[in-house]
Amino acid sequence: MKFKNPKLNRGWKNKDTLKQVPTRNGYGEGVVEAAKKDPNIYVLCADLTESTRNEWFKETFPDRFVQMGVSEQSLAAIAAGMTLAGKTVFIASYAAFSPGRNWEQIRTTACLPNMNVKIAGAHTGVSVGPDGATHQMLEDIALMRVLPGMTVLVPADYIETRKATVTAAKIDGPVYIRFAREKTPVFTTEATPFEVGKATVLRDGNDLAIIGCGPLVYECLMAAEELAKLGIEARVINNASVKPMDEKTIITAAKECGAIITIEEAQVAAGMGSAVCELLSAEFPVPIERMGMQDRFGESGEPQQLLEHFKLTAPAIVDAAKRIIKKKK
Amino acid sequence: MPDIRQIPTLTEKKLISLEKKANEIRTDILKMLEIAGSGHSAGPLGLADIFTALYFHILAHNPKKPMWSDRDRLLLSNGHVVPVRYAAMAHAGYFPKTKLATLRKLGSALQGHPETSWMPALENTSGPLGDGSPQSAGLAYIGKQEDAHWHVYCVMSDGELEAGITWEAAMFAGKHALHNLTWIIDRNNIQIDGNTEDIMPLEPLKDKFEAFNFHVVEVDGHNIREFVDACSYAKTVWEQPVVIIAHTIPGKGVDFMENDFRWHGAPPGKGPEDKVKHEEQLKEALRDIRTLGGKITSEAQ
Repeated sequence: MKFKNPKLNRGWKNKDTLKQVPTRNGYGEGVVEAAKKDPNIYVLCADLTESTRNEWFKETFPDRFVQMGVSEQSLAAIAAGMTLAGKTVFIASYAAFSPGRNWEQIRTTACLPNMNVKIAGAHTGVSVGPDGATHQMLEDIALMRVLPGMTVLVPADYIETRKATVTAAKIDGPVYIRFAREKTPVFTTEATPFEVGKATVLRDGNDLAIIGCGPLVYECLMAAEELAKLGIEARVINNASVKPMDEKTIITAAKECGAIITIEEAQVAAGMGSAVCELLSAEFPVPIERMGMQDRFGESGEPQQLLEHFKLTAPAIVDAAKRIIKKKK
Repeated sequence: MPDIRQIPTLTEKKLISLEKKANEIRTDILKMLEIAGSGHSAGPLGLADIFTALYFHILAHNPKKPMWSDRDRLLLSNGHVVPVRYAAMAHAGYFPKTKLATLRKLGSALQGHPETSWMPALENTSGPLGDGSPQSAGLAYIGKQEDAHWHVYCVMSDGELEAGITWEAAMFAGKHALHNLTWIIDRNNIQIDGNTEDIMPLEPLKDKFEAFNFHVVEVDGHNIREFVDACSYAKTVWEQPVVIIAHTIPGKGVDFMENDFRWHGAPPGKGPEDKVKHEEQLKEALRDIRTLGGKITSEAQ
């Protein structure tokens, strides 16, 4: 395939000087931006207005913000009721509670009738940090991905999260957007392509493909830099649109690279990497290593410490790359 | 003061026609369930009077323009009783009565539980218990905010009040004083595993709803006039959402089904056989309904 310039931030290689912003800020700004254009957009929040970055929406559109209190099940079903009146409703909480606690309501009242409920899942992954396993949502990609008609977006940085949020508002039907708590590098730009159903090749290479989603995509790029020093050229793919997935880009990567690593800050079971495996096992099987949480919960700790502990940073990807290349036929 | 669309006065003549209609609907419910070979008998029969009153007197609606923007919205929370809604809708002219025979069959819009993607006029998708009341509250919130003419009704069962989400929705409706929202509870005292007060007591139910800032009205759910009056009265309550606790007899109209929780989830032909054998159940039930028809005793009669 032809490699297109992903128009990353020019200084993306220098993590120390790169601006760092939490992806949740991208959601908070994105939902305001979307609501400025569409008077039918509402936000419902379950007692987490500041930390889900909905306070900006609340200030800008007080009449379209509804405080739900700690009631995630009705958060989903009341939102669905509002969509019956033609509204587009974003529901926001920590992902452990929404879609963690209200999966059935999302399934029945939002997904089955294809309503415009947009689920904003905050505080995902082990990088939530000190709060520990109860609040580090790891199963959300799996829970949302299995629902027919659900769009699942896992944007890589603050800018992409804003784009994903604005896009989600325009999609006809339910959407899940996943974001994180911590500041992470803003390595994309306004010009970086983002499209639902499309993966973005951020770096070309034919020795292996590293497919990531969420802020860990930056770790993929860093790992590819290290691998290049060892003479290994890795293709890096941002697979932000977990569902619908860009099958063409993934299959092409399998054909041209012959080995794949997937990485996500989530359970590997039924996650983004599993979606890649499902596709490639049918279309073009190649050796794959799925990085992520290996059937275990997280624990308390500092975010960076936890990412390293669970082998979700660039050095771990480099090690995995060396392993997977040996398996190539 | 909100601009309220009133419910017309119920004349004696109209009342008698509604009582007859309710029995025709009961007859169709029994027939369609028997053909389907599965589904719930007790709830739909118990709700026949209420759905007749709703579709033939209370709701502002237009079967020829089902999605008319100013229509009243009737949501169903206990989706398993949807056969009564299908039957009432067919009688009202939403679709031909012959379609009732397709209930629960492959490709039919008459799904086992109501789905708007098959039939938008159903207003909401439901079945998993507890999900309808919050949908109705969300819809009413928008209706109130936009000063809409339409009223939101939600029919729910008593057993599903055991689901916590109902009380989340009740807190929300109370907080926002959704006067344009009326919940109708089918208080028939049964659920799949037995009687509600044995399974998980709901009483004192009236006090519970009052504590959640609802205005509560209790009616005989088989007395159409009483139910219509309660719905009219509900529109005069501007400060609170209203819940009508409608006391009903599950399986109403069929002697061997009435008040027997074993008929909650069985169709005629597949229910308990201690009183009537499977092959006789439909015939016997239809005979009972005809007899009930003969007993219609409105004041004018």
